[in-house]
Amino acid sequence: MPDNADNAGQPGIPHIEFRDVVKKFGDNTVLNDLNFTVAKGERVTLIGPSGSGKTTILRLVMTLEELTGGYVFVGGDPLQYEDRGGKRQRVPDKVRRRTTTQIGMVFQHFNLFPNMSVLENIIEAPLHVMGLSKAEAIPKAEALLEKVGMADKRDFNPSQLSGGQQQRVAIARALAMDPEVLLLDEVTSALDPELVGEVLTVLKDIAEETDISMLIVTHEMQFARDVSDRVMMFDEGRIVEEGAPEKIFSSPESQRTQDFLRAVL
Amino acid sequence: MDGVIGFFEKLGPNLEILVARMPQILDGIQATVLATALGGLLALVIAIVFGIAQVAKYAAVRIAARIFVEFFRGTSLVVQLFWLAFVLPQLPYPFGWRLAPLVVAVLALGLNYGAYGAEVVRGSIGSVPRGQYEAISALSLSPMRGMFRVIIPQAWALMLPSLSNLWIQLLKGSAIVSTVLLYDLYFRVEQVRDQTGTWFAFLFALLAYYLLAWVIVIIMNALEVRAKHKIGRGPALSKSWGMLFRAPGSVVKGGALV
Repeated sequence: MPDNADNAGQPGIPHIEFRDVVKKFGDNTVLNDLNFTVAKGERVTLIGPSGSGKTTILRLVMTLEELTGGYVFVGGDPLQYEDRGGKRQRVPDKVRRRTTTQIGMVFQHFNLFPNMSVLENIIEAPLHVMGLSKAEAIPKAEALLEKVGMADKRDFNPSQLSGGQQQRVAIARALAMDPEVLLLDEVTSALDPELVGEVLTVLKDIAEETDISMLIVTHEMQFARDVSDRVMMFDEGRIVEEGAPEKIFSSPESQRTQDFLRAVL
Repeated sequence: MDGVIGFFEKLGPNLEILVARMPQILDGIQATVLATALGGLLALVIAIVFGIAQVAKYAAVRIAARIFVEFFRGTSLVVQLFWLAFVLPQLPYPFGWRLAPLVVAVLALGLNYGAYGAEVVRGSIGSVPRGQYEAISALSLSPMRGMFRVIIPQAWALMLPSLSNLWIQLLKGSAIVSTVLLYDLYFRVEQVRDQTGTWFAFLFALLAYYLLAWVIVIIMNALEVRAKHKIGRGPALSKSWGMLFRAPGSVVKGGALV
C-alpha cells in the first residue's frame, strides 16, 4: 500500500496532487489552502459532515468547478491552471480535456443520457473521444455490462431501469474510458436502501480487480473501510485527520472525528 | 342584408356562392398553407441556429445572435413585410431585389417567428438538467458533440410544446400577407364577403383557420410524443394515437393522460 507521507522522497510523481487549493463560492470559502496527494493505485475516501468540501474536491478534479486559487495536478499534468514563468495561467480547454480523459466520474444521480440506450451511453465517449471503432467499442461495452451484471439490459432505455441498475450502467460507462483515476461522488446516496448493496458489490469487485486510483466520497462507512487504503476526515474545508481505515474507524485521535463517527455509525 | 337574422335567411344562397368560389378559396388555402409551412420551416432553422448561438462559447457570437433576435422580435411583422415588399426593391444595386409575394411572406414570417423561437430554443437548452452537462464533461466529450448528441435531443422534447404554439401563431399571423399581394385564405374570404356579408364570410374564415390550426396541433403532438418517447418519458406513438388530439405539452405518465 502506497503511503502518502513517503511520496515526497520517491522519484514517482503523485497521481493526484492538490497544491495550495482555494475554492470559494462567492464570499463563502469552501476550501482554504488545501494540500494533499493520492498515489498511483491508491484508494482514498473522504468522510466528514455535509458542506465540508468533500464533493467540491471531486468536482475540482473533474474540472466541473472553477478553481479559485492554487493548482490541481493529475499524473503530473496541471488541470485548470498552470504555473508558467511564475504566472498562474489558464490551461487551454483542449489540453485540459486530454488530461481529463484519464479521469472517470460516477455521480450521485447517475446522469445517464436518457436519449440513448444503455449500450449507446457506454460507447459514446469511446467512439468519439478515444476514437475506437464500433467493432472495438461494442464488445468492450458488452464485457463491462457483463461485469456490472447488466448484460441483458444493453438495449434498454435508462428510464426503464431501477436506480441501482442505472448506477451500475453509469459505472460501466465511466470504466469504458479506461480511466486511471475514478471519482465516486456519493454514488449510493440517491438509491433506495435495498439497492445500495448491488452497487457497492460491483465497486468492491472493481477495486479488487483493477489498480485504478480512486477518490471516494461516501456515507457508507463499511464500504469505506473495505476498499480504502486511506481515509481523510474533512471538516470546514480542512483535513482534520487522516490515516488507514482501521485506525480512523477504530481509534480516531481527533475529537471532531470521534463525534462524526459516533453520529453516523 | 347583414346581421344574425340575415345570416340564417341567406344561408342557402350564401353556401351556393361559397361553393361557386371554392376554386379561388382553395387557391387561398394553398397560399396560406405554403406561407405557414415554409415560413414555419425557416423559423425553425432560425430558431435553432440563433438559439444555440445565444449559448455559444464566444461572446461575439452570443451578442450578434442577441441583437438579431431582439431586432426581429421587436419590430412589427407588418413593417417587416412592407420593408421586404416595398423598400427592398428601391435599394441601390446589389440589394434592389424584387421578391415574389410568397418569398416576402415566408421571409418575414420566418424571421419574426424564428426570433421568438430562438428564445424558446435557448430556454429549453438551459432547462436540460445540469447533471447532463456534467456527464458530458466527465466523459471528456467536446462541448459541440455534447450539445448535438445529448443536449439538443433532450431540449427538443422540451421545446416542442412552445414551438407548436408559435407555429399556430404564425398561421394566424399569416392572415396579413395579403397586404403584400399574396392572395391567401384571408384575401379570398374578403372577396366572398362582398357577396355574402360579414357574418357568413368571417364565420367561414374562423372555421377554416381553426381546422388548419388543428393540422398543426396534430403534427406537433406527433413530434412531441415521439421526442418524449425517445428520452424515456411516455409511450411510443404507435401505442398512443389518442395523444395526437390533446393540448400541447400535456404531461403523460405510464401511457395515461394526467
